[in-house]
Amino acid sequence: MAIVEAEKLAYEYIRRDDEGNVDGVVRALDGVDLKVERGQFIAVLGGNGSGKSTLAKHINAILYPAEGTVTVDGLDTSKEENIWEIRQKAGMVFQNPDNQIIGSVVEEDVGFGPENMGIPTKEIWERVDESLKILGMDEYRKHSPSRLSGGQKQRVAIAGVVAMHPSCIIMDEPTAMLDPSGRREVIRAARALNDVEKITVILITHYMEEVIHADRVFVMDHGRIAMSGTPREIFSRVEELKKLRLDVPQATMLSYELKAAGLPLPDGILSEEELVDKLCQLYVTM
Amino acid sequence: MSIICDHVTYYYGKGTSDEVCALKDVSFQIKDGEYVGLIGHTGCGKSTLVQHLNGLLKASSGHIYYNGADIYDEDYRMKELRGRVGLVFQYPEHQLFEESVFKDVAFGPANLGLSKSEAELRSYEALKSVGLQDEYFYVSPFDLSGGQKRRVAIAGVLALKPEVLILDEPTAGLDPEGRDEILGLVKRLHQEGITIILVSHSMEDVADNAGRVIVMDKGEILMNGTPESVFTRIGDLEKIGLAAPGVTYIMHKLKERGIPVETGATTLDMAREEILRVFAG
Repeated sequence: MAIVEAEKLAYEYIRRDDEGNVDGVVRALDGVDLKVERGQFIAVLGGNGSGKSTLAKHINAILYPAEGTVTVDGLDTSKEENIWEIRQKAGMVFQNPDNQIIGSVVEEDVGFGPENMGIPTKEIWERVDESLKILGMDEYRKHSPSRLSGGQKQRVAIAGVVAMHPSCIIMDEPTAMLDPSGRREVIRAARALNDVEKITVILITHYMEEVIHADRVFVMDHGRIAMSGTPREIFSRVEELKKLRLDVPQATMLSYELKAAGLPLPDGILSEEELVDKLCQLYVTM
Repeated sequence: MSIICDHVTYYYGKGTSDEVCALKDVSFQIKDGEYVGLIGHTGCGKSTLVQHLNGLLKASSGHIYYNGADIYDEDYRMKELRGRVGLVFQYPEHQLFEESVFKDVAFGPANLGLSKSEAELRSYEALKSVGLQDEYFYVSPFDLSGGQKRRVAIAGVLALKPEVLILDEPTAGLDPEGRDEILGLVKRLHQEGITIILVSHSMEDVADNAGRVIVMDKGEILMNGTPESVFTRIGDLEKIGLAAPGVTYIMHKLKERGIPVETGATTLDMAREEILRVFAG
């Protein structure tokens, strides 16, 4: 069974003037069909305003569909009795770590989620131990979050979600505010959660390089799914992506330009290693 | 004409038990018309440094000279400096507040003491310069898209007619096209003669745009040179939480595998030309 499924999902933001009259309607999601299988690593790309974050907020029932349905592990998000279970199953990590951390000590912050769920104290601490280890933040458990780097703060925020034992984690641009090493830390953590802990990950990002290991990529435009496929399929369509305000990884762009200049390279090269391998093979045959 | 930082040291909470040395004996010069990239991991002192350059923070010791004048002299007109050295903060759109785009941008020049008509003229010119269409001039800044808001915020600083423009992470959170729009705008402003200091976590953006790169770590300047000379030191950069642009890694890996490329490329164009040169050879 799919862990997350959206069918004909539509959502409108309604703006009202001072008197409460409708001033304007923005259709942020417009007929989204999407299916995420358990254990997948999914990436969602799209320009600013394409509906990515609105979609993410539907998956853990912060927003409810205006039309269509969203189910998480078979639970309909529009039914109020399902909300708490859905929020425990689908955890969310946002862009700014400073807005997500509330505890004054790392371990307390991580324990907040399970405590809020009514988990017995002993088990809370077991979960805190386990999540901090998974995220590689165990040695910082007694630290104040305010003294951590951006990448470390974000890993604490993710540990807080992991401690709730979710089946699925949605990350909405978790690396947008981080430096290169912070970005690496967070992406490595996201991949480990997926590979080792088998947690489904839905990663929303503007960094094309972060997408290349995903099982499947969805590209959004004007509230719809404009493209979907493997990273290789998606990044082979350079011109279409540009039209959607997007880009391709730098290694892909370089291969594309080298190919256009006459070097016989395949389409859809994704990583630096792959391009180097192909160029080396080509060099020997010259 | 230039900015000179001369042995600048700065402590947060000086004299308290929480004293933190954020800048340690920092010296450098930025000449008129340069485009300088400033990089370093979170907390390395970049933002503290740029706030010194327009006088928002005052050095604990050391001097800063702007166009030859010491900005810490008693009779130095600090307010004028803030108009000449414009600072665009991270997520500047969070600072928009007026009821219309046009009024928001006119606020800065009016605050400098210019007449209403002069402030409005500057607002108009600045909004034109960032490429915002006329139809958006009288809408609320909160109804704009992320990229538009950011351009309006930059216009608010441009309306001060700065000689130096400092941008702290101007592309954070924007989609690739929004990023290209902002960087294209900054490039054009540079061509029009404004000195640019770009603070960024994107090594690619710095490599593509800056003529010189300053690398900071723990409040000190670690490297200062051309993008080629800085980004070739991949090991040193990784040690302090940074990286080289993706194409630089590709060139180094090709060289390791025995392909005789020069490894200095930091931009896509340079890498393409170098690879084509070797493969044509």
